[in-house]
Amino acid sequence: MADTSAQTGRNVLRDGGTRPTRFRTFWNSFSENRGAVIGLWVFLAFLFVAVFAPLIAPYDPSAQFRDYALQPPVWQDGGAWAFPLGTDALGRDMLSRLIHGARFSFFVGIVVVVVAASGGIIIGLIAGFAPKWLDTLIMRLMDIILAFPSLLLALVLVAVLGPSLLNAMIAIALVLQPHYVRLTRASVLSERGKDYVTASRVAGAGQLRQMFITVLPNCLAPIIVQAALSFSTAILDAAALGFLGMGAQPPTPEWGTMLADAREFVLRAWWVVTFPGIAILVTVLAINLMGDGLRDALDPKLKRS
Amino acid sequence: MSLLKIRNLSVTFATSTGPFRAVDKVDVDVDKGQILAIVGESGSGKSVSMLATMGLLPWTATVTADEMSFDGQDLRTLSGKARRRLIGNDLAMIFQEPMSSLNPCFSVGFQIREALRKHTSMDRKQRHARCVELFEMVGIPSPEQRLKAYPHQLSGGMNQRVMIAMAIACKPRLLIADEPTTALDVTIQAQILDLLTGLQKETGMGLILITHDMGVVAETAERVAVQYAGQKVEDQTVTDLFATPHHPYTAALLAALPERATEKHLPTIPGVVPGQHDRPVGCLFSPRCQFADDRCRAIEPPVQPDALGRALCHYPLNAPAEAQAQ
Amino acid sequence: MTAIIEARDLGRDYEVGGGLFSKPGIVRAVAETSFSVEAGRTLAVVGESGCGKSTLARLVTMIEEPTSGSFYLDGKEVTKDRWRELRSDIQIVFQDPYGSLNLRQKVGAILEEPLKINRPKMSAKERHEKGREMMRLVGLREEHYDRFPHMFSGGQRQRIAVARALMLEPKLLVLDEPVSALDLSIQSQILNLLNDLQERMNLAYLFISHDLSVVRHVADDILVMYLGRPVEFGPKDEIFEAPRHPYTKALISATPSADPANRRERIKLVGELPSPLAVPPGCPFAPRCWKTEEKCRAERPQLTGTPHPAACFFPEN
Repeated sequence: MADTSAQTGRNVLRDGGTRPTRFRTFWNSFSENRGAVIGLWVFLAFLFVAVFAPLIAPYDPSAQFRDYALQPPVWQDGGAWAFPLGTDALGRDMLSRLIHGARFSFFVGIVVVVVAASGGIIIGLIAGFAPKWLDTLIMRLMDIILAFPSLLLALVLVAVLGPSLLNAMIAIALVLQPHYVRLTRASVLSERGKDYVTASRVAGAGQLRQMFITVLPNCLAPIIVQAALSFSTAILDAAALGFLGMGAQPPTPEWGTMLADAREFVLRAWWVVTFPGIAILVTVLAINLMGDGLRDALDPKLKRS
Repeated sequence: MSLLKIRNLSVTFATSTGPFRAVDKVDVDVDKGQILAIVGESGSGKSVSMLATMGLLPWTATVTADEMSFDGQDLRTLSGKARRRLIGNDLAMIFQEPMSSLNPCFSVGFQIREALRKHTSMDRKQRHARCVELFEMVGIPSPEQRLKAYPHQLSGGMNQRVMIAMAIACKPRLLIADEPTTALDVTIQAQILDLLTGLQKETGMGLILITHDMGVVAETAERVAVQYAGQKVEDQTVTDLFATPHHPYTAALLAALPERATEKHLPTIPGVVPGQHDRPVGCLFSPRCQFADDRCRAIEPPVQPDALGRALCHYPLNAPAEAQAQ
Repeated sequence: MTAIIEARDLGRDYEVGGGLFSKPGIVRAVAETSFSVEAGRTLAVVGESGCGKSTLARLVTMIEEPTSGSFYLDGKEVTKDRWRELRSDIQIVFQDPYGSLNLRQKVGAILEEPLKINRPKMSAKERHEKGREMMRLVGLREEHYDRFPHMFSGGQRQRIAVARALMLEPKLLVLDEPVSALDLSIQSQILNLLNDLQERMNLAYLFISHDLSVVRHVADDILVMYLGRPVEFGPKDEIFEAPRHPYTKALISATPSADPANRRERIKLVGELPSPLAVPPGCPFAPRCWKTEEKCRAERPQLTGTPHPAACFFPEN
């Protein structure tokens, strides 16, 4: 048995002619994690729905069909194919609202991650290259932000700025930023000691060139992983703020806001709360699974042999 | 009878890009009181074959062997418990990086006492006395104080001495030293090599020295096994190996040593060691060998007899006339 | 013939430890080091870890400023405000070919970077041509210009590192253990390459190494260092045939030779390097030396004597 497996192994060794490309190795170790692949597919589906929402959704998300208020989903008594997932208290189609909700969630995720990551990376780079006093100042400031419970801090910020989806995004981005700063600074410090950075200094590279051209590309792997994971945190926090009435305002079909609207019908019409909840759960879970896979594939420290 | 006897050992790693044969049909024999050096470049599988013997490879490795016995005991069928009793007691190993081989959370004395507690029936007092005795044996000054020290408080050379003390604590019959001096300075290297050979003479244990340094081999070993790309390509006594190498790889390697050079321009071996994805058919050294012909590139070479250093080659070098006639 | 580089009493101190309330300790990583290298010649700096040879490389390549002494490049004194203009005359090759190349840059970009920074007037096409020419020169295939470093083996990467160092046409190349991380069969290829390049471009080499068998092959002159100070300085043959400082003698004796017939009695040094924070007041080698006398512990010997200087009161030869 062992002999035959060794034999086939030998043939494979002889056939494999070229070294795999970098993307190939990345994809190999990413696809080793089955959860990550499932997460990726779900995420792509979510992306598709978000992009083509107006084409897919059967109705306008705010169109009210007063005669059909609180109609149950199709498989339950009283349901109809006209509203596959039922309607809410104002007679709006749940499916259309959920599909449009994906747009908002995706938008929130993208904006928050871009704002938090770009700000965090720049501050982190500065901290990593700065003299000791500036580094200490920046890091203590970040420590202070991290010392607040993140949702509470976001709530306070929204309370100051006024409740709206945009302000919620700004607040969440601000709360997530310190994670990027610490991550970037840590990898900058470890990269800075390496010979290739010294070599670029000997070649005469200035500080800016070292920061952005030499060091930054080598720090990206953990930042990408963090970006994927904070994408889901952003969606979750935005939904939480929406639920508390501090995020998107009704009638926006944002998932968290939908949950908040449906609170009073929990006992009478289960579907108005369950479906937005499931949508949040599935999306966040998928992104987290994908993030784990990314970490396996990109972060060599955790790579299995 | 040999202390450690391994026949046809192969180790294959399952990697994300397919299987990788790290060790390919290797035989190892060590007698009591013998010093065997396994020499090779990186990727020659010299460490992996010994880790396989110790049962220290990760789960991704598949180990096959026709025979793998230590003092008559079959290592392949050993239960986990019996293997743990054997390893540390009769079989011990030291590694290249003394700093990372010791646990930084405990004092070195505690770590040696633990090893003694696991493997012997000594009481507290005896264990302590044995620790002091061991530290004296490996040449650590003021052992009583050094026992209380933590690994980071000692230098690399001192830590390697501690590792050796730990390895010989239970009077092993075979010590495997994996690049024990590579991380150390030359003057410290000389001390550690003297210590190892001295201990070996004193206790009569077998010693396997894994190294890439031909100088270390020449100064310490009795027999030398040369490995290349996972295969053993030559096996001779040290004086014969340096005088009349039979495998072209060994010959080329010796010629490439700067100290053996006769002119400014050094003889080189073109190309690189084959990796996972470019393993040649036939003789693995054939793409880099100046003597290779079509036969070498197509057919796997046979193992030559003892007189020809068991060279894994179709056309061994320095062959006496009668051996060639066979 | 004039020296490409001349160092006079070069020194570098570091402050270590020193929290809010404790006074920082001072480590003299390099002290009172003088040497000079001429074009086409190789000076090897030899010593064990902690002897200051890597710090010396950082001083000479203008990564750090010396805290005392000075050095001259082609007769011009090197001060911090002239680093920019003098930098391209000195380049460095590191020990680890895996850490010294930026894995996110293609080989071409790695080679062109020094030109981009220091020759802003050069056109992209010229840069490109120069990079390709350099690849040919160090024995790499031009087609590999657009590959990433991870596709090369250790020896090839070291060739890339050498090519990068030569892009600015330096006069002095600092080689910081350039072959220690390489396999034996690759080591000889790189040593040959360095030798060819030196002959062709009349380069001066500052070759830093702990491996005496390599040093014996490449060096013209040797500077032996111990705990940050030079202890012996002379032509290679004199150093190997008749070492004067006991430490040099011990170092040569400890280097294993690849000849089993020649197993000789080694000089056994007792003890280890003292902590650089607590260097003994007299001769730094006194605690390990077999010839130590009262005078050695009290007074530090100067680097003097003939036929070549050594820092010892009781030299060997």
